[in-house]
Amino acid sequence: MSYSDKIKDVIGDADVALFMKGTPQFVMCGNSDRALAALRRAGAPVTAVDILPDPQIRQELSQISGWPTIPQVFVKGELVGGADIVEELEASGELEQTLRAKLGDDYASSRSERTVTLA
Amino acid sequence: MSTQPLRDLLEHAFPDATELDVVDRTGGGDHFQVVVASPSLSGLSLVEQHRRVYEALAAPLADGTIHELRIKTKGTA
Repeated sequence: MSYSDKIKDVIGDADVALFMKGTPQFVMCGNSDRALAALRRAGAPVTAVDILPDPQIRQELSQISGWPTIPQVFVKGELVGGADIVEELEASGELEQTLRAKLGDDYASSRSERTVTLA
Repeated sequence: MSTQPLRDLLEHAFPDATELDVVDRTGGGDHFQVVVASPSLSGLSLVEQHRRVYEALAAPLADGTIHELRIKTKGTA
């Protein structure tokens, strides 16, 4: 089966999409943890997708995004980057600026975090 | 693998780099940190800068030689 349509739906629909190894409740990789922590510090409303249940998910995600590694963070459909970039942007305050610009000033008010299962 | 093959790939991709470093983070030969500062990166978004590094290291990324990669890039004048 193909995951591409589901992946594109999440990227297109979620305010902030985080494709990661594991879930926010049970993170399976240091880099996914770094990205999640930076997003949480910025108060981002994260929709998390675990790519581990099927290797095909990661393959199709990287074909769509042109980004070879996990995690991958998208804001309003646009690739922001992996853990290094998200950490760098969070530290400089640019992540918060981007979230504010794309989601509105009250983006952090919902404090929502959800997990989507593809497989 | 040692850091030298990765350094060679990056030097080939960024011949004008003002700073170029590859560190084996764990000593295990598969978790690397690379630093690249180059005029050819200036004016590019961080996503595009990191893409250039991924392109340079496409082969070791694809064959699993690099298990984990941390990237720090800078566009220099």
